[in-house]
Amino acid sequence: MNRAANKNKVFDHKDLLSIDELSAEDIMTVLNYAKMFEEVNERTIKKVPALRGKTVCNLFLEPSTRTRGSFELAEKRLSCDTVNAGGSASSTVKGESLVDTIKTLDSMKVDMFIVRHKYAGTPYIVSQHTNAAVIDAGDGKHQHPTQALLDLYTIWKKKGSFDGLKVGIVGDIVHSRVCGSLVPALAKLGAEVTLIAPATMLPACPEVLGAAHVTANLDEALPDLDVVYMLRIQMERLEEAPFPSLREYHLLYGLTKEREPLMKQDAIICHPGPINRGVELDSYMADGSHSVITDQVFSGVCVRMALIYLLLGGANDEISA
Amino acid sequence: MQRSESDQACVMDENEIDRTLVRMAHQILEQNKGGENLALVGILTRGDILARKLAEIIYQIEGIHVPVGSLDISLYRDDTCIMNFPQLRGTDILFNIDNKTIVLVDDVLFTGRTIRAALDALMDFGRPARIQLAILVDRGHRELPIRADFVGKNVPSAANENVRLHLKDVDGYSSVTITRINPGERIGSAPIGGDHE
Repeated sequence: MNRAANKNKVFDHKDLLSIDELSAEDIMTVLNYAKMFEEVNERTIKKVPALRGKTVCNLFLEPSTRTRGSFELAEKRLSCDTVNAGGSASSTVKGESLVDTIKTLDSMKVDMFIVRHKYAGTPYIVSQHTNAAVIDAGDGKHQHPTQALLDLYTIWKKKGSFDGLKVGIVGDIVHSRVCGSLVPALAKLGAEVTLIAPATMLPACPEVLGAAHVTANLDEALPDLDVVYMLRIQMERLEEAPFPSLREYHLLYGLTKEREPLMKQDAIICHPGPINRGVELDSYMADGSHSVITDQVFSGVCVRMALIYLLLGGANDEISA
Repeated sequence: MQRSESDQACVMDENEIDRTLVRMAHQILEQNKGGENLALVGILTRGDILARKLAEIIYQIEGIHVPVGSLDISLYRDDTCIMNFPQLRGTDILFNIDNKTIVLVDDVLFTGRTIRAALDALMDFGRPARIQLAILVDRGHRELPIRADFVGKNVPSAANENVRLHLKDVDGYSSVTITRINPGERIGSAPIGGDHE
């Protein structure tokens, strides 16, 4: 179910199911629009009537606090009407299939679905059963494109450009949907990505993601990096035993006060949250001067406003003064 | 100024625009009994430049700096749309508008819908004492009950014509022109940097 392409649109997409759909130019369009929406978020009245009358359905079938809250605020600040489906209160627990859920909600004339699911590819399936726009808000180990966009926005704001920027991503690469979106996007924009992880936490073919280097040694990589992106250790996956102990992981891959002297003066630390303090980051670094973690959260609202606005903005380019 | 068959007719040249702005600045000061408590807000993407010019002239006359802001009304339009241009440029009002007399400044007044959107946008920033409207060119064809307090020039136009302002600061030359709209062409402001059509 595709909409007709419209060459006049600055952002010609129906859905955002994967970061791979976006060209470098598309990504920069989103970031530039996010910059405009930043101003709206700093007003006393943080709301514009831009998308009055549009309905957005937040379909979060996996727990989420920050992504869901961020999307909901973005929708409300654009004056969208929102409906939250999913979770324990929805019909899915009564055994309704996902496709039936989508068809039901679609019949209520929803304009956009925001989809979070534990299985990769769910947002794609949703997009096959509705004419509404679909945004992937994280699907399994596959993609989390809006997280990547907010990371890019934060980095862009701090560093000004991606060209030749050295970005190190540390931690559980193989299970990370953030990586699935962020690494290809960074590579597309001209950054040089280094994946830093023990072999047990790397995918079989890390080069597919678009990383320039792969290493298991954080201390060696750290002095070169402009951006240090710490991934969350997913405690729920520790039974798979990717490393002997949390203590060992912290010693080898934790970003600690002791490692600060190895970092560039102007290096920034990103983390997608929620942080495991004392595992991948100690509190000194998480709250220190290098950290841009709270900026990332703010960026999230701005970037999601930009994206929803671009996808729901309509195709009419005839205006009258 | 005569209009030829198809190409554009110039209704105001650079000198005329400058003289008109001086007159408008005087009118604004006269109406408001000086520049106290006054602020100018220009609507993107040329009203902001006109607002800055007016503020400069007001400074020359009265010796006071009135605050100037710019307003992007894209998010307040009643025909939500994304255009090829202009891009969202962002609003920039760095002063408190509460209890001030705000003079909205725009280049061309046409249907009045832009002004309707601008009024809504301004209300989200605070509660001004009053809002006045200064327009360089009023071309008629109003679709809403809106009129300007200060008008540079009335230019009667046909619905199939485009009235556009170009300014030296961004386009390399200053003029107000009337052109016939070709099929598929946009109504409204010219892209920044001059027409390349």
